[in-house]
Amino acid sequence: MSTLRSFAALAFALGTGAVCAQTPNLGRPIDPADIAPWDISIQPDGTGLPPGGGTPAQGARIYAQKCAMCHGENAKGGNNAALVGGAKIANMDSVRTVANFWPYSTTLFDFIRRAMPWQQPRTLTDNEVYALTAYILAENKLIRDNESMNPETLPKVKMPNRDGFIIRFPEKI
Amino acid sequence: MKSDTEWGEPVAGNGLLDRRAFLKGGAAAAAMTGYALARSARADALADDLWSLAPGKTVQGYEQRSRFEEKVVRTLSNPNAEPRTQHARTPHHLLNGSFTPNGLHFVISHAGNPDVDPDRHRLVIHGLVRQPLVFTLDSLARYPMVSRMTFVECGGNSAPMFSKEPIQASVQALHGLCSCAEWTGVPLSLLLEETGIDPKAKWLIAEGTDAPALSRSVPLTKALDDAMIALYQNGERLMPGNGYPMRLLLPGWEGNMNVKYLRRIKLVEEPAMSYYEARTYAPILPNGKAYRFYFIQEVKSFITHPSVGLKLNGPGFYEISGIAYSGTGRISKVMVSADGGKTWAQAALQEPVQSKAFARFRVPWRWDGGPAVLQSRAWDESGNVQPTRAQIVAARGQSAKTPPVTAFISQHYNGPTSWSVAASGEVSHVYA
Repeated sequence: MSTLRSFAALAFALGTGAVCAQTPNLGRPIDPADIAPWDISIQPDGTGLPPGGGTPAQGARIYAQKCAMCHGENAKGGNNAALVGGAKIANMDSVRTVANFWPYSTTLFDFIRRAMPWQQPRTLTDNEVYALTAYILAENKLIRDNESMNPETLPKVKMPNRDGFIIRFPEKI
Repeated sequence: MKSDTEWGEPVAGNGLLDRRAFLKGGAAAAAMTGYALARSARADALADDLWSLAPGKTVQGYEQRSRFEEKVVRTLSNPNAEPRTQHARTPHHLLNGSFTPNGLHFVISHAGNPDVDPDRHRLVIHGLVRQPLVFTLDSLARYPMVSRMTFVECGGNSAPMFSKEPIQASVQALHGLCSCAEWTGVPLSLLLEETGIDPKAKWLIAEGTDAPALSRSVPLTKALDDAMIALYQNGERLMPGNGYPMRLLLPGWEGNMNVKYLRRIKLVEEPAMSYYEARTYAPILPNGKAYRFYFIQEVKSFITHPSVGLKLNGPGFYEISGIAYSGTGRISKVMVSADGGKTWAQAALQEPVQSKAFARFRVPWRWDGGPAVLQSRAWDESGNVQPTRAQIVAARGQSAKTPPVTAFISQHYNGPTSWSVAASGEVSHVYA
């Protein structure tokens, strides 16, 4: 691994001209601005969160319109998972929920933005995603009912199970 | 030449024979034991059948299997595409050898297979690189390629084995979320050499162009070790369910990380903690904590022949065979028991045994018609041993329920599977 890492560092330092003379070089350069429409990754520290914001009240209205048909009224579950509640995690039979299991609030924003609504993913505006995130967090009493979620506030939400994980094979990281 | 007695005597309880009995030079000797031939009734006189008395059907551009094989299919968890995940499980008990035909490779699809136009598909590599680059399928097809046999296994494969009581289901239902193919593609390290790697980069985020834009974080060390952008599956382009036109292949690692329909790789300092790594593939332990970043599909084996659904047709000779594999290297040894783990015989391994690929194992067996419990255990070249079910339950717990076979109780079960053979020849699933 140290060999690979130092090779990688060398490749970065010298650039393609010196190191990559033997590779095909058929990739086309692209500006970060042109990648932006696809660059939807969010990090737990909030890196990547777009500008905007939304409140639980705003989220409740969007939820009723676009989410309730699968996740049930008031997010209590329907054909798909409940988004509120959940007993403390005890063993493999425990139902994993946002409140009792999800370690990072940013994952909620990220997953809603990339994958929801199931039938029409990536059709919500960023403000709508913030509002839905705020609604679900508020329904779970993880934020106050009038608290707005935005790039500053969302990463600061402390999820109850943040420290509930053990890395299985740390030597592989 | 060995005597009849040497070949014919079992090497372990309940009739397991020496694995070399039918290998080169052994077949004739084994036949001399006489038990199989002696039981067979005289065959009927031979005559031509209708199909041999007229020309056959026209050869097609893409060969279809015999109409007599149409029952060999994957089982589907969600055949009407309701708004939830779909699983298609490989019928291991109806296949043989070491790789999975493309039409029977397992698939898990979280929102259906996208209809990706290969001419418009793009792969972008960006983030902590010197130069972000975009690759088309045509451009990748010009790169130096590698081929390797590799299994892909869902982290939740074998999850029914966490049930408190043994679920009566076939090897397809229990272990069908694992398949093996020869994958051909471009080493990811080659593409990263061209983009350059910022020394701060420690992870990459891989993302698909499917509806949920499925996304997983992968340590950069794995990417530079043996990761591949796979373009071909058993010689032809990837099947839609397996990521057409390109997927990330991480040999030996959790299936969900082998991102299909790959469109984006972003080099980053820290993992994204995406839905599937932070929430889904995080098995809960008996103390209420959960494992994160399990990554490795650990050494496992199971018997496919005989197994549930394959009834034995009277006492006599059978070959016990199955599949062994490990995410940490080559299978080095498989032991088989016919008496529920009391005594063991070493199985023959089909050569070549390849790293992180299915290894077919075989043991000749003379079934005396009495009750038998068949079980296998595997070892890999890294010294890892397939644990007993009791060891797994002690470390990981088990469900208090006996849920439906398609429930994902937990993930990463790699203990043994036991098949009980009744005097009737029926096979059932037991814990032994």
